[in-house]
Amino acid sequence: MVESDLNVLEHDLVPEHSLLSEQEAEKILADLKITRDQLPKIRRDDACIRLLERIEGPIHPGRIIQIRRKSDTAEEFIVYRLVISKELKG
Amino acid sequence: MMRGVSKRIGSIKFSTLSPDEVRKMSATKVITADTYDDDGFPIDMGLMDPHLGVIEPGLRCKTCGNKVDECPGHFGHIDLAMPVIHVGLVKEIKKLLQSTCKTCGHLLMTKEEAQRKAQEWADMDDLGGDAIDYRLLAKGTAKDASKNTICPYCGQEQGKITLDKPTTFREDGHKLTPKEVRERLERIPDEDLPPLGIDPNSCRPEWMVLTALAVPPVTVRPSITLESGDRSEDDLTHKLVDVLRINQRLRENRDAGAPQLIVEDLWELLQYHVTTYFDNQTSGIPPARHRSGRPLKTLVQRLKGKEGRFRSNLSGKRVNFSARTVISPDPSLSINEVGVPEEAARELTVPVHVTKSNLEFLRNMVKGGANPPRVDDRYVPGVNYVIRSDGRRMKVTDRNAESIAEGLEVGYIVERHLMDKDVVLFNRQPSLHRMSMMAHTVRVMPWKTFRFNLCVCPPYNADFDGDEMNLHVLQSDEARAEAMILMRVQEHILSPRFGGPVIGAIHDHITGTFLLTHMNPRFDKKETLSILSKVKHDELPAPVVVDGKEYWTGHQLFSLVLPEDFHITFKASICRNCAVCKKEDCDLDAYVKIRKGKLITGTIDEKAIGSFKGKILDKITRDYGADASREFLDNVTKLAIGAIMVHGFTTGIDDEDIPEEASIQIKEVLTDAVRRVSEFVQAYREGILEQLPGRSLDETLEVEVMKVLGRARDEAGQIAGRHLGMENSAVIMARSGARGSMLNLSQMAGCIGQQAVRGERLSRGYWNRTLPHFKKGDLGAEAKGFVQNSYKSGLTPTEFFFHSMGGREGLVDTAVRTSRSGYMQRRLISALEDLKLKQDGTVRNTADIIVQLRYGEDGVDPCRSVQGDAVDVDDILSEVLGEDAEALARIEEKKLSGYATIEKDLMETMEEEEAEEPEYDAGGGGGDD
Ligand SMILES: [Mg+2]
Ligand SMILES: [Zn+2]
Ligand SMILES: [Zn+2]
Ligand SMILES: [Zn+2]
Repeated sequence: MVESDLNVLEHDLVPEHSLLSEQEAEKILADLKITRDQLPKIRRDDACIRLLERIEGPIHPGRIIQIRRKSDTAEEFIVYRLVISKELKG
Repeated sequence: MMRGVSKRIGSIKFSTLSPDEVRKMSATKVITADTYDDDGFPIDMGLMDPHLGVIEPGLRCKTCGNKVDECPGHFGHIDLAMPVIHVGLVKEIKKLLQSTCKTCGHLLMTKEEAQRKAQEWADMDDLGGDAIDYRLLAKGTAKDASKNTICPYCGQEQGKITLDKPTTFREDGHKLTPKEVRERLERIPDEDLPPLGIDPNSCRPEWMVLTALAVPPVTVRPSITLESGDRSEDDLTHKLVDVLRINQRLRENRDAGAPQLIVEDLWELLQYHVTTYFDNQTSGIPPARHRSGRPLKTLVQRLKGKEGRFRSNLSGKRVNFSARTVISPDPSLSINEVGVPEEAARELTVPVHVTKSNLEFLRNMVKGGANPPRVDDRYVPGVNYVIRSDGRRMKVTDRNAESIAEGLEVGYIVERHLMDKDVVLFNRQPSLHRMSMMAHTVRVMPWKTFRFNLCVCPPYNADFDGDEMNLHVLQSDEARAEAMILMRVQEHILSPRFGGPVIGAIHDHITGTFLLTHMNPRFDKKETLSILSKVKHDELPAPVVVDGKEYWTGHQLFSLVLPEDFHITFKASICRNCAVCKKEDCDLDAYVKIRKGKLITGTIDEKAIGSFKGKILDKITRDYGADASREFLDNVTKLAIGAIMVHGFTTGIDDEDIPEEASIQIKEVLTDAVRRVSEFVQAYREGILEQLPGRSLDETLEVEVMKVLGRARDEAGQIAGRHLGMENSAVIMARSGARGSMLNLSQMAGCIGQQAVRGERLSRGYWNRTLPHFKKGDLGAEAKGFVQNSYKSGLTPTEFFFHSMGGREGLVDTAVRTSRSGYMQRRLISALEDLKLKQDGTVRNTADIIVQLRYGEDGVDPCRSVQGDAVDVDDILSEVLGEDAEALARIEEKKLSGYATIEKDLMETMEEEEAEEPEYDAGGGGGDD
C-alpha cells in the first residue's frame, strides 16, 4: 500500500491516539478489572497505528492504545483499544 | 416437578456429517422409491419404513419400541450411486480447491508462510476475536494460497478453478465431476486444514461431497390422510422419492456399462434432485414443482424467511396467558390502566401461592368455582385450576369446587382469574420501540374490547379504526416487580428518542383545554361543577362575582390540576411568531405564563400538554416525577373532556364554507395563474423565455410554472383563511394542534394545487401527454396536473385522475419504506440485542467483551436528558433568577429558537407521514387498521 503524506492524526475529526506503556496498560486493566481480550480492538494496519509506529517504533499485537475523544455531552471520553494482528482483510 | 438446570451446556459445535456417521446413525437403509404396498402398509426399506419412527397412533416404532409422541423418530440413509456436491457447501469447496494443489493436495503455501498464518491464529486465540474475525482470517489464508500458481511441494502448475452456479466446478474450462472433486479434497492432508478454518478432528473436506444422504425421520415429514382415504405425502418425501428413483436408474445403468453420456446425464439429474432437496430456490436451476405447479417446500424453505422455522417458531413462539382483541378508548381510565373484558379475564389466570395469611381468602375464591355469579352486578374472580403440592393440576368445576376448597392447603397454587390491579404487559405491533410494550394494571370491565386512556395512543401508535392489541399476564412476583418498576406506562412518559414526552394529550383533549383556557372564558357554577365532576381536586377556588352571580374562569379551573409551586413561561401553538412579542398582552392569548401553580395568561394547547410537544408535561415529569405526571395527565384528560362537553364541539363540511365573493376571488386568482402559465409556455415556444442561471430551458419553464402555481394555491388558501376565524371548529383544531393543519383547510376551502410525482409535474401516461383529453405536448397548467378545485367544490374527472396519481406515489413510498426500515430494524436489533449495561457502568456483550467503557460515552440516560443534554442549564438559571424578566426573556428566546427547530423538523416529517396515510378506512375489516 502506498503511504499517503497526509497525517490523519492531525485531522480535526480524528481523535488523539497514544500508545500506553506496559505499566500503564497493566494499571488500566487492573482498574477496569478486565483482561486484555475483553477490550475493543484496533487493527495494526489502522492508519492511526501505522502513523504511531513512525514515532513509537513497531507496535506489536497485544499493546494497548489510548484514544481521547471529544464528546458533546461528556467533554472528553477516553477509550482503550487492543492492537491486533494486521493482516486481516475484509 | 423438575426445577433448576440439570445439565449445563458448555459449548455447541456445528460440523459436517461424515458418510460413516450418516450410516451409523441410520436405522435403516432406504433402497426403494415405493412407500406403501397395495394393502397400505409401509414397505420395508422404503421411505416410510417403520424403523424411521411412528406417526400413526397405536403403532409401535420398530427401532425404539415407543408409541407416537414418545418415539423421537430415527434417521435412515440412502447410499448414492455416485457422489454429488452439497449445494450448501459449494463456496467452501471452491475455496479449498483453489487453495490446494491439484496433485499432492497440499496448501499452496511455503512452510514459512503457513507458520506465520498459524501464529496469527494463536494470536487471535490469545487476544480474543469473534466468529467473524476467525472467518476473515481463514478467508485471508485461502486467498493468499490461491495466488500461488505453482505448488511449493511438488512443483505442479495449478489450473484455474471456476464455479458454474450452482454446483459445477471447472478447471481451466474443463468440467470436474463430483467424483474428481471428492478425490482432490481427500488428498488435502489434515495438517493443512486448520489454517483454512477447518478442524480435521470433526470435519474432513471430502465429506462436503456426499456419498450417503441422510433420510430424515418420518416424524419430520408426516403424511396426511385425506378424507377420501388417499394419502398425501410431505414435500420432502416427494423429493426423496425422486432422489431414490434416479439413484436406482443411475446405479443400474452404470453397472450395466451404459454409454458414458447416459450415465453422466443421470448423474447430473441426481445432482439436481439432491440440490433441490436441500434448497429449492437455488439460483440457476428451475425449482422442482408439484403436479399442480406449486414449488416444493424443501429443507432450506422450511428454515428461511418470515414463515420459516427460525422467525416463526423459534424467535417468535405462541404463548400462554395472553389475549388479543380490538381496542377502544376510555378517558375515565388512568394512563396506567387497561380495561380487560370479563370473558378474557376468566380465561387469563395468575398463579397464587397459598400461604397461612391468604388461605381463607383463596378458599372462598375456589368455592366460587370457575364461573362465580356476579355480586351487586360486579365481576367476581373465580379459579380455573388448583395445583397441589405434588404438582398435580385439578380443574375446578361447579361440581368439585366445594371439595377442592375444603382440601386447600398451604403450599398449593391457585390459578385465579384476572382481577383489578393485576399487572399485565400490553403490546401493539409493530413493536418498534420499548414503548410498544408497557405494563398496565388491570380493570376488568364488561364488553369485549381492551380499553385504555387516549394519552397512551401515541407510544403504541394506536387508533381505534379496528386496531387489535395483545395482552400478557405476568406469572411471577419477580416479573411483576420488574414490570412495575421498569415497564409501567408512567415511567415512559419521556421518550429516550428525543428526551420529551411521548405520552400526552391528543385530539379532543387539546381542543378541550383550548376551549377551557383560550381568552379565559367564564363558567357558572353548574358548568364548573360539571367540568370538575371527575377531576381530582381539593376545593373550589374563590369565584369571580359579576352582577351578583358566581363565575369561575377557565384559567382557575386549569390551575387546579397543576402542582402547587409550578412555574413556567412559553409560547403556545397558536402563537403566530409576531415580530415583536407583546407577551402577557398578546392579542392571540398565546403567551402562557404560570406562576406558583396558577395559570396567569395564555392558552393551553398542544405546546402545553400535547404528546411530543407538551412543555408543561415535560417539566412536571422532570421536576415532580412520574407519579405527579400521571396524576396530571389523568386529571387533564377528565378536565378536557368536561370542558369540551360543556362547550359542545363539532365539525362538518360547512366549517369550510366561504362567502360567494371569496370563491369568486379565488377563481380569479387561479384563472390568472393558469393564464400566466400559458404565457410562460408561449414564451418558451417562441424561445424568448429567459433562461435561469444553471438551468436548461425546460427546467426554467418548470421552475417558473411551479412557482406561479404554488403561489396561486397559497393565495387561494389565504383568501379562504380570511373567512375562517377562531370561532370555526376546524380552525380551532388546526391552530391548537388538535388535528389537521391550515393547509388541509385551505385545500378543502380554497384550492388543492399542483399534483406531483417524484417532485415534478405529472408528465407520464400517454405519448407526450398525460391523458387523451389534452393535446400532445400541452405544457399548460391543467394538462400537467394542476387541480384548481377544492375538496369541497369537487374535482373534475381529469383532476381526480391526477390527484390519484399523486396519491399513489405516497402509498407506494410508505409500503417501500416500511419494508425497508423493518429490515434495517431487524439487522440493528440482532447486532445490539445481547448488549447489556453492567454494574460497573460498562456496556458489554455476552462474551463479556467491552463495547463501551461508559454507556453512551457519557453515562446519560437519554430519557432523562433535556433534548439530549445532560443538564438543562437554562432551566436552572431561570429558576434562580426568578422574576428577573429581562434575563428570563432572553433565556426563553434562546430556548425557543433552538427547541423550535428540532421540534419543527420532527413534526414536519410526522405530518408528512400522516398526510400520506390513507384515512378512508372506516374500521373493522381484516388488516385495515
Ligand atoms: Mg388503525
Ligand atoms: Zn422410535
Ligand atoms: Zn503439490
Ligand atoms: Zn404573541
